[in-house]
Amino acid sequence: MHIAEGFLPQSHAVAWTVASAPFVVHGVKQLNTQMREHPDTRMLAAAAGAFSFFLSALKIPSVTGSSSHPTGVAIGAVLFRPPIMAITGVIVLFFQAILLAHGGLTTLGANAFSMAIVGPWAGYGAYRLVRSSTGSLWSGAFAAAVVANLATYITTSVQLGMAFPEADGGVLASIATFLGIFAITQIPLAIIEGLLTAMVVTWLSSYSPAEMKELAVL
Amino acid sequence: MSRRTLLTFLAIVVIAVAPLILLRNSDTEFGGADGQAADEVSRIDPDHEPWFSPIWSPPGGETESLLFALQAALGAGVIGYVFGAIRTKHRLTMTGSSTAAGPDGAERVTPSTTG
Repeated sequence: MHIAEGFLPQSHAVAWTVASAPFVVHGVKQLNTQMREHPDTRMLAAAAGAFSFFLSALKIPSVTGSSSHPTGVAIGAVLFRPPIMAITGVIVLFFQAILLAHGGLTTLGANAFSMAIVGPWAGYGAYRLVRSSTGSLWSGAFAAAVVANLATYITTSVQLGMAFPEADGGVLASIATFLGIFAITQIPLAIIEGLLTAMVVTWLSSYSPAEMKELAVL
Repeated sequence: MSRRTLLTFLAIVVIAVAPLILLRNSDTEFGGADGQAADEVSRIDPDHEPWFSPIWSPPGGETESLLFALQAALGAGVIGYVFGAIRTKHRLTMTGSSTAAGPDGAERVTPSTTG
């Protein structure tokens, strides 16, 4: 989902940056409030950020014969709500842009919008839905990660489709082209991320129940 | 490790390894999907040129893999530290609330108070 440096037309790059900025600013405020009011959850916040750092570095082979990576943002979205993942995701993307030449500064806004905003919100929505209908924390966390992962890559496809419409068929045809690259590749990875996230969240709920109650997850 | 954790872990390994086995006879190199998307952009718009280049890029594949490994190691290190801390805290809380379990979670021999 990393759109490479300088790839998006300037108007698109600016528009996505403007669209992402309020979410990131809000995320910083929420993170500060969270750390001030619930200092006991600091460790879990570090773990949630580290999870995204760790998972987004892993390029995993998929059935389509290409590799892609998880995003690792769902766990933080479930534990700390999506706003905080906006800033966490931006930090991860920024590191990858400046040290790995993976993604970019001019595409930071667009990449943040897909991985740090749409992914966490979609994942959190899926979590709430599944958790309230099945009552299972495991299933909720699994759904959160699967949906966050797929939603991130769907957003990237839409971003690329809008910037590079096909000569024949326009924006929609182009979105379909990019979905063709990402969607199937991403399905096994989304399941892997779902299983891992469900495993970690249920582990945390048995070993750190006090903090999980403080975060209103339990 | 609980049975469910073990099964989940196995499922993760199987899903990650299966493509390598299923596609062993095709000559795919499992290139990155991000790179394929960039190629697709060049197909749609052959004149497209990135208007900005990374301020720094790793000189080669070796340095790049070093940095990716470092990123994963840092993330995993923090996760390991936090999980260890949580587990220790959990164990100490358990010990504090019940004198039946020692620091290693095993039964502790309670000193006789009847003397």
